[in-house]
Amino acid sequence: MKQGSSVALKVMAGAGFVFLYAPIIALIVYSFNESKLVTVWGGWSLKWYVELFRNEQIMSAAWVSLKIAFISATLASVLGTLAGFVLSRMRKFAGKAMLTGWVTAPLVMPEVITGLSLLLLFVSLENMFGWPAGRGVTTIVIAHTTFCLAYVAVVVQSRLASLDETLEEAAMDLGAKPISLFFLITLPLIAPAIISGWLLSFTLSLDDLVIASFVSGPGNSTLPMVIFSKVRLGVTPEVNALATLMIVTVSIAVIAAIVIMHRQNRFKDTNK
Amino acid sequence: MLSKLRLGRMAVILVPMLWLAAFFFIPFLVVFKISLAEAMIAVPPYSPLLQWDSSNAYLTFKVTFGNYLYLFESRFYLDAYLSSLKIAAISTFFALLIGFPIAYLIARSRPTMRTILLALVILPFWTSFLLRVYAWMALLKKNGLVNDFLLATGIIDQPIQILQTDFAVYLGIVYTYLPFMILPLYTTLEKMDLNLLDAAQDLGAKPYQSFFLVTLPLAKPGIIAGCLLVFIPAVGEYVIPALLGGSDTLMIGRVLWDEFFLNRDWPLASAVAVVMLIVLVGPIMFMRNSNKEAE
Amino acid sequence: MSAFPNTSTVQTQSVPTWRQKDAKPFVQIEQITKQFGQFTAVNSVSLDIYRNELFCLLGGSGSGKSTLLRMLAGFEEPTSGRILIDGVDMTGIPPWERPVNMMFQSYALFPHLSVEANVAFGLKREGLKSAEVNKRVAEILGMVQLGHLAKRKPHMLSGGQRQRVALARSLVKRPKLLLLDEPLGALDKKLREETQFELMRLQDELGITFIVVTHDQEEAMTLATRIGVMNNGDIVQTAEPHEVYEYPQNRFVAEFIGNVNLFDGTVMDEERDSTTIRSSDIDGLLKVDHGISGAPNQNVSVAIRPEKIRISREPIDLAVNATTGVISDVAYMGSQSIFKVRLNSGKEIRITQPNVSREMGNRLTWEDRVFLSWGADSCVVLVA
Repeated sequence: MKQGSSVALKVMAGAGFVFLYAPIIALIVYSFNESKLVTVWGGWSLKWYVELFRNEQIMSAAWVSLKIAFISATLASVLGTLAGFVLSRMRKFAGKAMLTGWVTAPLVMPEVITGLSLLLLFVSLENMFGWPAGRGVTTIVIAHTTFCLAYVAVVVQSRLASLDETLEEAAMDLGAKPISLFFLITLPLIAPAIISGWLLSFTLSLDDLVIASFVSGPGNSTLPMVIFSKVRLGVTPEVNALATLMIVTVSIAVIAAIVIMHRQNRFKDTNK
Repeated sequence: MLSKLRLGRMAVILVPMLWLAAFFFIPFLVVFKISLAEAMIAVPPYSPLLQWDSSNAYLTFKVTFGNYLYLFESRFYLDAYLSSLKIAAISTFFALLIGFPIAYLIARSRPTMRTILLALVILPFWTSFLLRVYAWMALLKKNGLVNDFLLATGIIDQPIQILQTDFAVYLGIVYTYLPFMILPLYTTLEKMDLNLLDAAQDLGAKPYQSFFLVTLPLAKPGIIAGCLLVFIPAVGEYVIPALLGGSDTLMIGRVLWDEFFLNRDWPLASAVAVVMLIVLVGPIMFMRNSNKEAE
Repeated sequence: MSAFPNTSTVQTQSVPTWRQKDAKPFVQIEQITKQFGQFTAVNSVSLDIYRNELFCLLGGSGSGKSTLLRMLAGFEEPTSGRILIDGVDMTGIPPWERPVNMMFQSYALFPHLSVEANVAFGLKREGLKSAEVNKRVAEILGMVQLGHLAKRKPHMLSGGQRQRVALARSLVKRPKLLLLDEPLGALDKKLREETQFELMRLQDELGITFIVVTHDQEEAMTLATRIGVMNNGDIVQTAEPHEVYEYPQNRFVAEFIGNVNLFDGTVMDEERDSTTIRSSDIDGLLKVDHGISGAPNQNVSVAIRPEKIRISREPIDLAVNATTGVISDVAYMGSQSIFKVRLNSGKEIRITQPNVSREMGNRLTWEDRVFLSWGADSCVVLVA
């Protein structure tokens, strides 16, 4: 009975994993397809990778996106760490409930709403104060920082929650003032969370289509915007190549991160 | 000394607070404000609420609920909201159905296997959302792999239309949001004490009974969190209906997008957003409260 | 109120500070109250602790002992009242400026720093030169016999070693006052005993005042110069260890520390150095060799420790401090045996007897009728 149910479970879960990976694998395989007709197999080729790097529109959009992702992730890490710290370490203050709401809501807020509301804010601000003058990299960075901040805050907050608070008390007891306490004890201990928050922000920013479409100006297309305008008209082999490159890069990074964390955990467990 | 401390504390609180107030909270007020304006051909394309007429020293304050009335009078918007909720709810249900066995299997695996399986779930979550939706386009096309497969196995003898149907939208939502369902489910299932199942069986419960009477109730927080994490963003989804759905696939996120980008009716788009937000406030608050309980 | 006798028997050559009338306390806790919302964790506690004491705060969980310790360290601000250390009012002084160090129950060793760096952490905050820091770190690590592990990270140490690092780290700044939160809680029994003596040796050597929080009465008994027993946010008795055991001031202390038999009764006759009490529990009279302050006819409890009751099959002819009953339970514990005896009144009492003889044949056993007696000097009258 028990055996049977576990086989059924494995089959169900296995089907789930096939569902998760089949499209990605198909995409990768077809990126090496010689034929221009994406669905007809014409033999192995790296042709579309060459085309991809020759496509200036994609390359320049990629550069814009990388720049935005880097700045947004960095800003979001700083602000998100502060927010996570405030939420888990500061005792009750006026507005704490509000801050909690502002930090959790962006995680599930439909992107069309976030995008529209930020655009309308920027337009109103420009009308009233003349800033920001037009829309472009700056407005995208502000928008991305805002929604990535929430992710960083949540990651940092959960790390702080699992962190033994007596470590911080011990540091105070040994004479560390709040600032040195933060930099010498708290920050090194939550660094892994901040790093993963940064990486998450970076990928989220690199991937965002909807919000960027609202708040970007003419001539400031990000990579997802260019991809979207291409694939709307149908499947294109260059995008397959691009997708493969991005997926492979991210996969290597994620796998490396998981292997490192797994080792560290094992290390910790044996010494408990 | 203490006042310096208090100042520092206040600065630490204020920096993220002000940022979020300025770029998360106030924008909603702006959306609300503009939803009360009228569309017009101008830059920006809406009428001001307050107008100062200097020659007569008149301050006019003009608010219109016309946009909202229009939303409720026209079948189209109501249908779009309902259809979004329906698509999101059905997709959430299927994500739960597919996600639960995966989460359960991961939670019951040996540590090394668990790490590998968990990595397999997290990996798609880190890869581009847009590209994962795009991947399905190639599969679902008339001459795509899915049709090829169905033809080859003889299930169908004519290629069928899968892309640009509601079915493709369900598929896309379940697929892209599946990790959001699995992760919270896994977290609660992993915490569960396995002795409870032994205890239930020892007390005479058959495996399916102990599943429904012990496992499922204990997994409730994870189920709720996972469902909300899928449902809420799915309601406002734009990319998936735009790429996978047909022209008749009604989703409110897409309506908002078109209202804004194609019709350039900013006030109406704002009203659509405000109503969507009101619809979603319930689930969002619910999620916050269940988060608080979990803490 | 208290039934507190003269305790001249324990006097040694030098009189401990806390018994000298004009001694100046080192730590003065003045009517400290701490409330968390509606909950009162510490309720108007006043306490004086003297230089070189090893003072134990003893109590169950939720008794307020840890909150009191945290207020001394400065992690919690009292709701009202104040604390003076060496005459200086600590109100509003943050933890990093207090002349106090704490050893945490969890040890709170910084996981990302080596043993050496953990110990040096506090010294560096004082801005000492690195040569001085190194010298003092080496010195204290030598003292706790950890010099050879200086480069290790905390997770590479055993529980006992971690405990010694934590101790070294809190001592290296030479605080005037060391606070220890359940210092031995996480160690196994053998290591505990070793460490207890180690702590006492260090305290003796360094001349630092220790305040130890513990829930373990044996630990408190062994370590402490004095014990403050806490319950529900109050200190219910402050006294030397043997006094806490032999002369508990109230029912809570009597029952919390060790085992005790309590007989309820009414005061019949009260003189300066003796009290007679009628108790229906023993169906007879109790005579106690000290007076109590209070009205005659008041209801009191009389406490007698299990080991102070004589038990025998031979009838005893005594008018007071004797009764009879039937053995209802026996537990053989090796060095001693525990008997439960049901008295005629239905009350069950507990008696322990050392197992002097190896012979099993003539042992007292189930259903034996036994006669019990005790001395007037073994009883304590509890009013509260």
